Amino acid sequence: MPDRISPPRITRRLGSLFQSSLFRAIPTAAGVILLNFALLQMVPGDAVDALVAEAGSASAETTALLRQQYGLDKSSWLQFGDYLNQLAHLSLGDSPRYGLPVLDVILQRLPNTLLLMGLALTLSLVAGVVIGVVMALWKGKWPDRVLSSLAFVLYSTPGFWVGLMAIVLFAVKLDWLPSGGDGTVGAGLTGIDKFVDKLHYAILPALTLSSFFIAIYARLTRASVLEVLTHDYVRTAQAKGLSSWQITVRHVLRNALLPLTTVAGTHLAGLLGGAAVAETVFGWPGIGRLTLEAVQAREYKVLLGILLLSSLLVIAANLLIDWLHGRLDPRIADRSRGIEP
Amino acid sequence: MSHSSPTPTLERPRPASARPATQPVNHWRQQLGSTLLGRFAAKGRLPADDSGHFPLSEPRHRWPVLRSLSRSPAALIGFSVLLLIVIVALSASYLYPGDPLDMAGAPLLTPGEDWQFPLGTDALGRDLAAGLAHGARVSLMVGVTAALVSVLIGTLVGALAGYFGGRVDRVLGWLIELFQTTPSFLLVVVVVSITQSTIGIIAVVIGLTSWDTVARLVRAEFRALLNADFVLAARTVGYSTRWIIFREVLPNALPPIIITASVIVASAILTESSLSFLGVGDPNKISWGSMIGTGRDMLRSALYLTAIPGIALVTTVFCLNLVGDALISALNPRLRGRAS
Repeated sequence: MPDRISPPRITRRLGSLFQSSLFRAIPTAAGVILLNFALLQMVPGDAVDALVAEAGSASAETTALLRQQYGLDKSSWLQFGDYLNQLAHLSLGDSPRYGLPVLDVILQRLPNTLLLMGLALTLSLVAGVVIGVVMALWKGKWPDRVLSSLAFVLYSTPGFWVGLMAIVLFAVKLDWLPSGGDGTVGAGLTGIDKFVDKLHYAILPALTLSSFFIAIYARLTRASVLEVLTHDYVRTAQAKGLSSWQITVRHVLRNALLPLTTVAGTHLAGLLGGAAVAETVFGWPGIGRLTLEAVQAREYKVLLGILLLSSLLVIAANLLIDWLHGRLDPRIADRSRGIEP
Repeated sequence: MSHSSPTPTLERPRPASARPATQPVNHWRQQLGSTLLGRFAAKGRLPADDSGHFPLSEPRHRWPVLRSLSRSPAALIGFSVLLLIVIVALSASYLYPGDPLDMAGAPLLTPGEDWQFPLGTDALGRDLAAGLAHGARVSLMVGVTAALVSVLIGTLVGALAGYFGGRVDRVLGWLIELFQTTPSFLLVVVVVSITQSTIGIIAVVIGLTSWDTVARLVRAEFRALLNADFVLAARTVGYSTRWIIFREVLPNALPPIIITASVIVASAILTESSLSFLGVGDPNKISWGSMIGTGRDMLRSALYLTAIPGIALVTTVFCLNLVGDALISALNPRLRGRAS
């Protein structure tokens, strides 16, 4: 093919992949913004109403003044312009309740949620893959049966209930781990000690959040490994006399894990939703708990800011995964260059 | 279903059917039948035997799926437990008349302490068994409504995107991607808190945020099936677009839709329970999630308050997943033989 000659292969491949992913990401991001604004317009009564209600009473003049101050008296189109203008300045407006810019309120909590999600994702991938491989290698025998049923139960169990039962078992009965919070109160720890202390508190929420995903990844890995095991190159590796450990790790796993990376990307949004529940169960001060606080306080700007930021976060993470995926499997980069749906 | 058959030259036997390749094929309907019902449809009923019509509506051709399901113990257990839950849910107001949110007896009776309340009472003296029965109603209602809404929207969007392709596909694909990237649980929380948290709205909103899976699936099915011979045949004969979408392609795309629907019922039940657990649910209806939410404050002293509704929830979702899993192998003709 003539076009194979011009730019260097690697840059072109990455370039085209990024281009196609970005091409999909930009309209999606625009859609996310549009959706958020539409929801913002649906809100009955605004932040000023909530503020007034909280204060007890206010004159009509005061509320009108407050509305003007927050730009709530303009037409929808102008408000959308304001909204875009705000976003362009990386602002999500001010939160009357917290007396801070909404973005600051969210960013304060974001690292906690990211830590929780990172831990949970790592945990679910590692545990899921290990369990899945064990199930596949002992297919039909008792390890497979026991683990399969276990995964099936986990798959059917709501995260918050897993969390509550984990509190009963690990915090109340065994007293191994703290039942809530994000650090020992008044311990005055700093630096690495503080982080280790925090991790200690993060174990149960992360375990709770990952339970559902462990089950998914275990089932996926099992199916994927079983599929890969039927391929000729595995038989070749066996015929060469490689140890079964080598075959499993080098030949089977590498190929079986590819579908997992795709799926992990689509689960990020679900992971964020699950984090909201896990954070509330364990009083972990992240975005999820902020969401509920905002619901109770009727702080819709905060609420929609969270929705917007987490959607954008998912888009960004998916771009990263697309890129990683292209690195792991050159065929995908080629395919996405060829036929773009 | 009795239309004049198109020219026989258009057809080739499909490799999926167990029909010998040498057998002449007279009716393209048979192809559709064998795709939908698997090798059982073709068996013993070769086109030369009869007039060439393949009556899809005859009950005996639906039975391979049922037979496969009845042979799987997991599916049988799942179905019977679900049936029991449905019966309890339907008869909740006969079994436990009155509002389950009202006080019924002494507070905090442990299960078995007073046989008038076999599962005990909570801190406000509400009967746990009554709550379970009425909660089953809420859970099932939410699950089924959400699944219906999402299957309806998802099928429509996916079918249009897959059938027309091009610009329509791009716009609808954008919509699908939009809903896929937005964390649906957060979206449900936001929408429900903006509108009202009545159980009906919650069910519909959950459906509105989970149609993207169905749409993606249907779109893929349509794109694959559009190249099938029977669609080409229908086009050549000059059937309308609507006919081709709803009568030709959609029936063949049904098995994966049914399987996804069972998954959506399960996940909608879980979503609703999470909402009620967090206190965003319908305050006027008792639900398993809200029971767990109120019992949570007494986790240390009265574990049964959270454990019992939780077990009900897990059992229901578990059985739905069992059925869904069994459907995967029952509806796939290639896996069906393997199951037994």
